[in-house]
Amino acid sequence: MTPDYAELCHRTHERDRSLREKVMSLDEAAALVADNASVGIGGSTLSRTPMAMIWALIRAGRKDLFCARSITSNEGELLFASGASRHLLTSWFSQGIVWGVSRIMRLYTETGRARFEEWSHMAVGLRFRAGAMGVPFLPMRSMMGSDIAHRLPETRLIDCPFTGAKLMLVPALNPDVALIHVQRCDAYGNAQIDGLPFMDLDLAMAANRVILTTERIVSNNKIRRAPDQTKIPFMAVDAVVEAPFGSAPHECYGIYEPCFEHLDAYAAQIRRDPEEGVRAYLERYVYGPKSWAEYLDLLGLRELLDARRRGTSIHDD
Amino acid sequence: MTTRTADHTASELLAVMSARLLRDGQVVFAGVGVPLLAATLAQRLHAPGLTILFEGGVVGAFIEPGKLPPSTNEQRCARRANMVLGSTDVLLLLQRGYIDIGFMGGAQIDQYGNLNSSFIGDPDHPVTRLPGTGGGNDIASLTQMIVAMKHEKRRFVKRVDFVTSPGFLSGAESRREAGLTTGGMYRVVTDLGIFGFEERSKRMQLVALHSGITTEQVQTNTGFELLIAAELAITEPPSEKELKALRHLDPDRLYTA
Repeated sequence: MTPDYAELCHRTHERDRSLREKVMSLDEAAALVADNASVGIGGSTLSRTPMAMIWALIRAGRKDLFCARSITSNEGELLFASGASRHLLTSWFSQGIVWGVSRIMRLYTETGRARFEEWSHMAVGLRFRAGAMGVPFLPMRSMMGSDIAHRLPETRLIDCPFTGAKLMLVPALNPDVALIHVQRCDAYGNAQIDGLPFMDLDLAMAANRVILTTERIVSNNKIRRAPDQTKIPFMAVDAVVEAPFGSAPHECYGIYEPCFEHLDAYAAQIRRDPEEGVRAYLERYVYGPKSWAEYLDLLGLRELLDARRRGTSIHDD
Repeated sequence: MTTRTADHTASELLAVMSARLLRDGQVVFAGVGVPLLAATLAQRLHAPGLTILFEGGVVGAFIEPGKLPPSTNEQRCARRANMVLGSTDVLLLLQRGYIDIGFMGGAQIDQYGNLNSSFIGDPDHPVTRLPGTGGGNDIASLTQMIVAMKHEKRRFVKRVDFVTSPGFLSGAESRREAGLTTGGMYRVVTDLGIFGFEERSKRMQLVALHSGITTEQVQTNTGFELLIAAELAITEPPSEKELKALRHLDPDRLYTA
């Protein structure tokens, strides 16, 4: 996860960083992610989750991905239950506080079927930042004295060479691939993110490959009219996939809120019987539909319209 | 112990009592649930200049009644805020010393104010795997803390099964010696009373009782021997005005059921 610096630069130099169109389908993008790859997942909790890409990876039968995300919601449950991942690095893992402790997370971690590797939220962020900076670690002043660090052999406690103060060092995290969902980008991958950016800028620059999904693909002229809004540069991006409602049933800032009815129904189904509930959900919503559009059909027009109404009115009413 | 009177729920009591601890002009880093609600309540009642930060990256939140966010990472948190930042950068504001109070809930706490939100039982073979720290460890490591939680014997234990978010670790100077030179537990607010930490031992100390609650009741519901402050205060029950404002904020009882 913290490769040799020469190797890190080599992998970047090997990528085609030219200004070129890289639009492809979800299936084509999924083929860029190998089994056992380390995958950084953008967004946080219910926000800008790259759900369409995760959905495509599960459908493609990916196995044993090592996934890292700031905070993990029910997309982590789907990754565990489908076998796409058995190792998730995150600071917090459950669908959301209003739905209680995740039964799937509990089932998989308590029985040793999967691993939830817990780091503090800032530690996850600084690991991506160190990765983005091309340095092997960053110092921080939290996680010291707690049991979290005791369970993480990759951390180091040092005395600062300048002040003598104790500092916690966390290693860089340079995932093989980052999955990031954005409001808009052009065909080259110049990505504009509205609202909360979470850790996505660092994640994009840390990763060795970036797959963008986007609510819509816009012209390069539109990007150039507002270059200050571009948060991820095209040269860091390897694939662009247009996926409207690409975070649903989670939210995308300024465009739609979460589909709360769907998430409530999902949580109720899991509560009744975690194992069978999630299996049936995967069958119906992930493996069943023939396309992302058909998946959206299953979520339903009424719920998507309501999510859209709520999402667009938050900042513009 | 869950106290519910005809007047208010235990969660409402927690929200009102902890809101009263916040002062106008403070910069508060709030977690989701009661902390978010209590900070917003304080902002609407006596602390209009209270600045609320969320780990999702929000600076200067202004939560809308009836539209409470499901976590501190959704766009509802950002509505009418002063700024949005990356989540790493908003957490770094704690490390840089901009925050007066960190404010969170807790699943399990011990006599030194250490919080556990990771594992019940042996971490290698847990009885229950809990959701984890989120930003809790960072907040508790870097600033003064208020914790709001229900008072139950199984939650107030002599030693937490796992230190997710550090209080005073093993008491006395141990927090400082571990490298945590700032912050620490300030107050724990429960449905029975308000607790501080004795200056030298850093052991939890009852500083105020809610009206109608006895020290014996508190001790019975606590899994370790409590210190009792020499001058024990009795809190004023939540007022009509406070409860009305609170119910206006959370009409669906998302966080105050």
